[in-house]
Amino acid sequence: MDKVSCYHCGDPCGNTKIVFDSKTFCCNGCKTVYEIFSDHDLSYYYDLQQAAGSSPAEIEGKYDFLDTPAIAEKLIEFQDGQMAIINLYIPTIHCSSCIWVLENLNKLNPQVLNSQVNFPKKTIRITYNRNYLTLKDLVILLSRIGYEPYLSLEDLGKPTKAKDRSLIYKLGVAGFAFGNVMFLSFPEYFDIKEAQAADFWLTEYKTFFRWLMFAFALPVVFYAGQDYLKSAYKGLRARMLNIDVPIALGIIALFTRSTADILFDFGPGFFDSLTGLIFFLLLGKFFQQKTYSFLSFERDYKSYFPIAVTKLLPGGAEENAQVYHIKKGDRLLIRNQELIPVDGILISPKTYIDYSFVTGESAPVPKKSGDKIFAGGKQIAGAIEMDVLKPVSQSYLTQLWSNAAFHNRHSSGFRTLTDRIGKQFTLVVLSIATVSTLFWLLTEPSMALNVFTAVLIIACPCALALAAPFTLGNLLRIFGNRKFYLKDTEAIEQLAKVDTAIFDKTGTLTKSNKEQVTYEGIVLSEEEKSLLVNTLRASNHPLSRSLYTILADHDIITLDEYEEIQGKGLSAKADNQQIKIGSASFVGKNQDEDLGKTVVHISTNETYKGCFVFRNEYREGMPELFRKLSEQMDVAVLSGDNEGEKLRLQTLLPKLTPLFFNQKPEEKLEFVKSLQDQGKKVMMVGDGLNDAGALAQSEIGIALSENVNVFSPACDGILDATKFKELDSYIEASQKAMRIIKWSFVFSFVYNVAGLYFAVTGQLEPVIAAILMPLSSISVVGFTTAATNYVGRRLK
Amino acid sequence: MSVIYVLLTISVTVAIFFFIAFIISVRSGQYDDSYTPSVRMLFEDELVKNEGSSKKKGSEINPTK
Repeated sequence: MDKVSCYHCGDPCGNTKIVFDSKTFCCNGCKTVYEIFSDHDLSYYYDLQQAAGSSPAEIEGKYDFLDTPAIAEKLIEFQDGQMAIINLYIPTIHCSSCIWVLENLNKLNPQVLNSQVNFPKKTIRITYNRNYLTLKDLVILLSRIGYEPYLSLEDLGKPTKAKDRSLIYKLGVAGFAFGNVMFLSFPEYFDIKEAQAADFWLTEYKTFFRWLMFAFALPVVFYAGQDYLKSAYKGLRARMLNIDVPIALGIIALFTRSTADILFDFGPGFFDSLTGLIFFLLLGKFFQQKTYSFLSFERDYKSYFPIAVTKLLPGGAEENAQVYHIKKGDRLLIRNQELIPVDGILISPKTYIDYSFVTGESAPVPKKSGDKIFAGGKQIAGAIEMDVLKPVSQSYLTQLWSNAAFHNRHSSGFRTLTDRIGKQFTLVVLSIATVSTLFWLLTEPSMALNVFTAVLIIACPCALALAAPFTLGNLLRIFGNRKFYLKDTEAIEQLAKVDTAIFDKTGTLTKSNKEQVTYEGIVLSEEEKSLLVNTLRASNHPLSRSLYTILADHDIITLDEYEEIQGKGLSAKADNQQIKIGSASFVGKNQDEDLGKTVVHISTNETYKGCFVFRNEYREGMPELFRKLSEQMDVAVLSGDNEGEKLRLQTLLPKLTPLFFNQKPEEKLEFVKSLQDQGKKVMMVGDGLNDAGALAQSEIGIALSENVNVFSPACDGILDATKFKELDSYIEASQKAMRIIKWSFVFSFVYNVAGLYFAVTGQLEPVIAAILMPLSSISVVGFTTAATNYVGRRLK
Repeated sequence: MSVIYVLLTISVTVAIFFFIAFIISVRSGQYDDSYTPSVRMLFEDELVKNEGSSKKKGSEINPTK
């Protein structure tokens, strides 16, 4: 086939190419967007970035619920008599063209007063005239140009979180004070005593300078550094010696000693070291805090479920109802491609429901009138009616979220490497301080207090505390560039320790939308093929649809006869040729050996020809990944699907890889739990809502996603599906990162020992502390950054 | 009063002035989105050029309509 790509979205134009204005488009939607843009002088869109668009989805009737004022009000951020402001999340925002066209929305509709894109978050803030433009029309306008906002149950009643900017403020305060204190303590670095006459004016203002430094240090200790003091206090109360204990000890020692020094005129104090220390520590914290604002790691079913559904009133009228307001006994209308929000009973004669995201079953499930249907499935056969059995919160799927795994996240019990080292470190420092103080008490009591504080000051583990944030923060960024998005630095530490990896099958090991189809049997003639394609064309069955798109193009012929028999298959006639497509018994094949496989059989003129076998297509590099992983850890597959693929998986994966099928979401969770009870560190890799429990329970849950912008369940990390085969190298890199941290601990110990020599012998001058502390911090930061970059470059 | 007090007062006042400016800029949300403005900034120039050319195009098309 020719490789013409769409002028609008860049996708290859398949068999339905449209030529318009001497440009090619892949579908009508893209053409329409192009028309809209060129009619409104917005064709600059295509100059900015080639083929930047995304084709619009069908939206008919989908947003009717936005006309219900109660729902619209909850989504709108602010409104008065004239205008309204709304913040919408648009996952398709991806380039500068998107920003440009979305910020020029008022050219498309003058009632849009202002629109502003936040690119990292993929949100747009629109101010519009609500007297002339309804929210529904606004959303439809966005959808028509290919920027469909993502509205979900989560948007309802969600309190707008105030942004936490306190770290930036603290960093600002510390940096400001650090700079000024350095500047003010500069005269002290010269030995004034030696040349008193020449520098007389400096000694005269000495006390003024020192008290000014004291004033600068106050907000640094009590505002910027308060987290360390609080954390140390909490740790002590919980009888835990975390890394913040020696830091807090150092801060207190620095501050009291310095204040005493200037109060009794012993010396200039250590205010420069104090402010510098806190500034560097906060800088580490800031660096560690790499967040992917366009991703959410906390999603539950709420962000997957729709806001509203169409309720059918007894009289036959339609009404839009909030999902939360649906009661038992209500009748709902679910349109094509819509999500079933509650458990219920099917009223319409038949339908197909795609449960792949919820249960892991790969094939759509046929349902007939009277069958029970569960929430979470996607309805893919026209519009259906259903009666509600249970409200949202009590449905089969949402019950999973009441499990304890979602309420107390495992992280609470996890102690980072730094904290574990911190414990021993504190003990060592305290014993050195006591021993040396005792020694000085016996030899020269006046020096004892001086030595005691000096030990605490110099042993303050600044470099130690910076090693982990800078190593892991940098690796987090490196992973992010390689499409592996982790929630926080703790996730890397967890990843490094994993000794058991569990994979989901559907959507994780297999590609979510692509199926491999193979034909087995007698080769079909051209005529038969043409008849087959044309028969499939007429059918709405999901298997027919997918088979139709795979098979090559044929001329359209008129069928003389066409019949679709529910649950069995299709039969058609044209030019004296007869064809039957469907189940084995329907086409006249006796034996039914294909249990658990998805197969479409074909017979022409009452003779059996063969069958199309649908198979899941596995991700590239999967066998390789499993081979590498099984060398260093236990690997298992946990699938919600049937055993149809068991044999094939066994041949693809290393021998004796445990495979479990027909696993319910709770069973997956329990499985992970039972492994953890055996002391295993479990990594769960999944993609759907059915893995959500296991993802939450495991030490590290990684959600695999083909499009990181769309929904993925709560997890510790999101991995782009194209990087699936690199998973083992990411684990290796995090193990290396832990080794880097340990090496930098060694470095900082060396500095500490050098500093302790000055402290214990009672010769610690402020200038030594002022040199040693930044030097150790900067060299550790430099080492970790260089080392992680080296590790990162070795990643593909 | 010695000149050093005056100088220090001035220097600290200037420093505090900038510090307050920093706090205000953070509070107003300037650092919340550090990417989009950099792209947005580049649009203006091109936009003017584009408007000129497309207007010309528009007048060419209109009579035929």
